[in-house]
Amino acid sequence: MNETLMLTILTIITAATPLVYAAIGELVVERSGVLNLGVEGMMLGGAVCSFAVAHHTGSATLAIVAGMLAGMLLALIFAFLTLSLQSSQVATGLALTIFGIGLSALLGQSLVGIAFEGLPRLHVPWLSELPVVGRLLFSHDALVYGSFAIVILVSWFLNRTRAGLVLRAVGDSHDAAHALGIKVIRVRYMATLFGGACAGLGGAYLSLVYTPMWVENMSAGRGWIALALVVFAVWQPGRLLLGAYLFGGISILQLHGQALGINVPSQLMSMLPYLTTILVLVLISRDRGRIRRNAPASIGQSFYPTT
Amino acid sequence: MITLQRRADPSRLMGYLAPLLALGITLLAGLLLFAILGVPIGAAFYAFFIEPVSSLYGWAELGVKAAPLIIIGVALSIGFRAQVWNIGAEGQLILGGIAGAAVALLFHENDGWYVLPLMILAGVAGGMAWAAIPALLKTRFNVNEILTSLMLTYVATLLLSWLVSGPMRDPDGFNFPESRMFHDAALLPRILEGTRLHAGAMVALGVVLAGWVLLTRTLLGFALRVNGAAPRAGAHAGFSQKKLIWTALMIGGGCAGLAGLFEVAGPIGQLLPSISPGYGFTAIIVAFLGRLHPIGVLFAGLVMALSYLGGETAQITLSLPLAVTGVFQGLLLFFLLATDVLINYRVVLK
Repeated sequence: MNETLMLTILTIITAATPLVYAAIGELVVERSGVLNLGVEGMMLGGAVCSFAVAHHTGSATLAIVAGMLAGMLLALIFAFLTLSLQSSQVATGLALTIFGIGLSALLGQSLVGIAFEGLPRLHVPWLSELPVVGRLLFSHDALVYGSFAIVILVSWFLNRTRAGLVLRAVGDSHDAAHALGIKVIRVRYMATLFGGACAGLGGAYLSLVYTPMWVENMSAGRGWIALALVVFAVWQPGRLLLGAYLFGGISILQLHGQALGINVPSQLMSMLPYLTTILVLVLISRDRGRIRRNAPASIGQSFYPTT
Repeated sequence: MITLQRRADPSRLMGYLAPLLALGITLLAGLLLFAILGVPIGAAFYAFFIEPVSSLYGWAELGVKAAPLIIIGVALSIGFRAQVWNIGAEGQLILGGIAGAAVALLFHENDGWYVLPLMILAGVAGGMAWAAIPALLKTRFNVNEILTSLMLTYVATLLLSWLVSGPMRDPDGFNFPESRMFHDAALLPRILEGTRLHAGAMVALGVVLAGWVLLTRTLLGFALRVNGAAPRAGAHAGFSQKKLIWTALMIGGGCAGLAGLFEVAGPIGQLLPSISPGYGFTAIIVAFLGRLHPIGVLFAGLVMALSYLGGETAQITLSLPLAVTGVFQGLLLFFLLATDVLINYRVVLK
């Protein structure tokens, strides 16, 4: 197999992985009827905290945990405001993004310009020795394997477990779920925290593996692209994986464009992921019936128990 | 156990008190933040709130920063009232700056009186054109305007970066990524000698007035408010949803474009790779802090302008990172959303 092609595929995987995490988390949040527009802020929080911990302790495991916790903490603020204090989900999500950008820049002041050696690659014994597929499929860091595992787990959870059914019920009709005795607010809290942990993980992947260093505002809109991916996936985990890899491929075009002899200014190449996001949203959203059939019916609505 | 009890009617008193309460709590949280960062609280307080406005120049700078926030804040309030979530004002601001600058550069050997008016028209049109994309996609293809308007902000930033390092670069500028300096006919008149306060500040007051008239005294304003509060009632009353979406986005884009033109033709005087410290995003906070009401936005714009100035002063005198401003702004919006609960709910101890 061609070496350039091999490297391209490996870069696509690193570019797609943070999107998979952030988007699968948001998918679960939205299936519970909550729209959290703060993904970008939570990713940055995760990125800066995990990088700080990696730098100070040298432990990749602790760094990953720190990224998840940071994302959860930020999600907790969102959950408290929207679920306990009935604030607008749209406004609160925007606030979370603005706050996350500012806070991460402040916390990351002393971390700018420091490098990190990245996560250790896990070579699956025997399988990674295989020609081509060994390097392509069985020689990644733990978070890449984790991203596939989490999509499968979420798919199983939503479609095959009772708890997943409860979560979907809450997202589709919180009043009916409440009438059945389901604790709507508690389910939504848990979903939102899960989303925060996933966004934090996505951020951690950016600062630990993708770059690997801390740069102010380094997520560069990936949190928003993750939100668009959930729509692209029409709230189905499997399609989300496809979308993330599509976007991963487009976002690395700018890196390989020059090498492939495409002579377009780098700024214009960098627009591609954002323009693709818009295009994809148009293609999916124009089918109103499909959106209506698949979108959680209570998405974005506050729940106040009347009885 | 503390619980919330829904009020029969929203409390008007709390509507006014909540923003003040939020400001107070943000202040306390800010002082706590400084204590954690190890900054002397007195000095920080002085740097943020007193020093920036202790001179005439400082007050003028407050006006320079408040003008774009107020112009965009009023426009966004109108859109948010109608539940049209245009959060890409930053991108529309950039396009307004680009379009206005294009006119200035095109006429750079021309001292005619019409140069500035043409630039203003171009700025407004540039912002509107950028906002027309989410409007078209929303009305034609049902695409969420939050995501499209935000994606377009990233595109606008890259477009500006490309233009100043390529087609619009100063031919005598030693390859620096910036345009030619504008000539006098392309610059906004200053309204206070010796400061940077420009005519845009007066326009901001005009926008407040126009916004107030539109929202409270016209059928269109009524339609926008009804559409936000009860979309189905609006539909039954015959207000076209599509028309309102277009109106809200055109007002937002036009005002953001105008604010962008004022930046390049006012304090900056040329096109740079970055022409705004995030005014388009901060204006979202301004709109909420001002209760989505033009008069409220006027005061909120001044408060947020002070947060920019304070951040800059603190950076110089206390060598605090500029990011502190962002943290403050985020905290303020959180506390505002939290205190808003008091408008519709009573806090009850059981």
